[in-house]
Formats: sequence, structure tokens, C-alpha cells
Amino acid sequence: MHIFANPNRFLGIARPLTPWLAWGGVLLVAVALASGLFLTPPERLQGESVRIMYVHVPAAWLGMGGWTGIAIASLMQLVWRHPLAAVAARAVAFPGALFTAICLVTGSIWGRPTWGTWWVWDGRLTSMLVLLFLYIAYIALADASSDKGGSSRVAAIFGLVGAINIPIIKYSVDWWNTLHQTASISLTKNTIDGSILWPLPIALIGFSLLFGAIVLMRMRALLAEARIEARLKRMADA
Amino acid sequence: MKAKHQRLVLALVAVAAIIGAAFLAMSALKDTAALFRTPTEVAAGTVPTGKPLRLAGMVVPGSIQRDPDGVTIRFVLTDEGATAPVTFRGITPDLFKEGSGAVAEGKLGTDGVFVADNILAKHDERYMPPQMESAMKSEKDKPVTGGAGEARP
Repeated sequence: MHIFANPNRFLGIARPLTPWLAWGGVLLVAVALASGLFLTPPERLQGESVRIMYVHVPAAWLGMGGWTGIAIASLMQLVWRHPLAAVAARAVAFPGALFTAICLVTGSIWGRPTWGTWWVWDGRLTSMLVLLFLYIAYIALADASSDKGGSSRVAAIFGLVGAINIPIIKYSVDWWNTLHQTASISLTKNTIDGSILWPLPIALIGFSLLFGAIVLMRMRALLAEARIEARLKRMADA
Repeated sequence: MKAKHQRLVLALVAVAAIIGAAFLAMSALKDTAALFRTPTEVAAGTVPTGKPLRLAGMVVPGSIQRDPDGVTIRFVLTDEGATAPVTFRGITPDLFKEGSGAVAEGKLGTDGVFVADNILAKHDERYMPPQMESAMKSEKDKPVTGGAGEARP
């Protein structure tokens, strides 16, 4: 990881990589959504509304994956003082919050026809809403303390502490009885029939590539911002 | 010990402490964070009457009865241990049907009948296309009849 300690070397890789991730993501998401809308069969009980899964599940995955990324980056910032870790964590926060919000909104739209309610305060839904609030708090905290070169330790500690919510979201459906069903896919089992399942991995990879592209773009923007600030300071001093 | 290692140890200890604290909090929440009560709890008498709460289970096949007024239904919820009768006046969600999970929001009457003012349907983690289920059903119906399946309350 320390090869990226030099921002210029990082930018040399990130710049050409961004369009590949972005266009690859757009292509895969388009293929997955078109397949999910037109090629897969409806579900036995839910009917057509099951198709929202191809957005809802990747959004949930990236919302949780995003904070896991923030936690790892925060640890690298606190322990190894990696110069790009804080920038990476800040860059992940916005798309992470966005996908968490998409997950909550699509879940609510899905819940209305299947469960008969837009919202219920069960363990899974509540812990996911808490994740959105954590993201908003993280963004506010990181932005409020970004003037010191974008590497606030308070934000990093918050990013690490907030990670405790991720296993709570994951296991909420097992620990407590919830309206949300238990996990369909795990390492050892899968209870989604293949004819409905197959566009889902494509959507997962596609949305992940888009997520990666957004993170790289935001990292580049944050690095450029820091450079501008440094230059303005030098000009003011001169 | 290098400063780097000191920070690593500190961070790991802090993370372990947070996980421990969260685990304690979560296990303390175990009962109160539950979304619903079960028919077994009703049978055991641990569910208070007259208080708003949720009761969930599987709708017993063949138990749904519609009153002459057309909007009142009676049905029986079950988990593996016990059954509980429920009445409800209103429109049920599409997924509410016999043999699948349901959550009733309402109050438990002193006569032991749960009076619901809202019904939510619970979907399980299995997703399959319609023709496959009918294929599975006809296969299942041959050797065993009327099995409740492994549907969870």
C-alpha cells in the first residue's frame, strides 16, 4: 500500500483507471438492469416487484462496504499514518451515504407491496437508517476539520467506532425477530432460484465499479483542492 | 516498541473494547428489540393484554374465515409450539395468505383473541419463479400431505 504514499504516483494510476471503472460499471449495470427487467421471471409470491432487488441488494452491499472501507482507511491513517488514507476515507463517505439512501428508498418502495408497509422499526431497517445517519455525521465531521490538510484524527476515530454498526446490520435478522427476511445468500447457501439470481452478481460488480470510479474521482478532487490551498497559502505568505 | 506498533496495539484494544460493549448492549436488547411476539409467548401468558404490540407467525392453512360483512377476517397464527387466534377488519397485503408468514399489529384481548388493526405480510428468504413452486408442490404433495414446510415464524 505504501507505493501509493506518493500522491503523484497514485494520480498516475488513478487518472487512467477512472474512465475504465466508470464505463465498465455503466455497461454492466445497464446489462444487469435490462436483464432484471426483461429476462428474469417474476417471483412466485411477490410477482414483478422482486425486480427492485437488482438495485436494492447492490445498494445495501455498497452502503455497508463503504463504511468498512472508511474503517480500514481510518485504521491505516491512525496506525501507519498513510498520507492517502484520510483522503480515501473522505472520498468513500459520500457515495457510501448515497448508496445507503438508495437502499433505504428502494427497500421502502419494495416493502409497500410485499409487506404492506413503507416502514417498520425492525432491527434491520433501523440499523440501516443508523448507518445513513453515521455517514451524514462522518461527512459533517470530516468537512468541519478538513482545513488541516484533510487528515482529521477525530473523523478517523469516528470512522473506526462507527464500524460496529456493520455486523449489527448483518446479523440483525438473526439476533432479533424482524419483518425483513433472513439472508438469502451466504457462503454456504443460496435460496434464490438461479433464474432470478443470475443478473444480481452482474449488478453487484457493475455498481461496485461505479462506486470505485466515484471514489477515485473524489480522491483526485480532494487532492487537487489540497494542492490549491497549499499554493494559495504560499502566495499569501510571499 | 515502535510508535507505529504502539498505535496499532492501542487501536486494536480500543476496537476490541467497543465490540465488547456493543455485544453487551445488543444482548441486553435481545427482548426489547424484537419486532413481534410469538404464539408460544401468548400461550405461556407472558404477553400483556390490552397493550399495543405485534404478533407474528405462520397463517395456519385453512384457518382464514371471512365474516358475512366481507371485511372482517379470522385466522390462526402458529409457530412450531402454539397457535393464537386473530381477528382483523380491513384490507390485507397481497402476500398475506395461508401457509405464509404474517405480522399482526394490535392488542391481545382478555379472551385470548388477538384483535389486529393492521396486517403485514412476512416474506421468507426463498425466491423462486411461479412455475417452479407449482412443480415443487406437486412433487411434495405426492409423498407427504399438508406439510407446513420449514417456513419460519
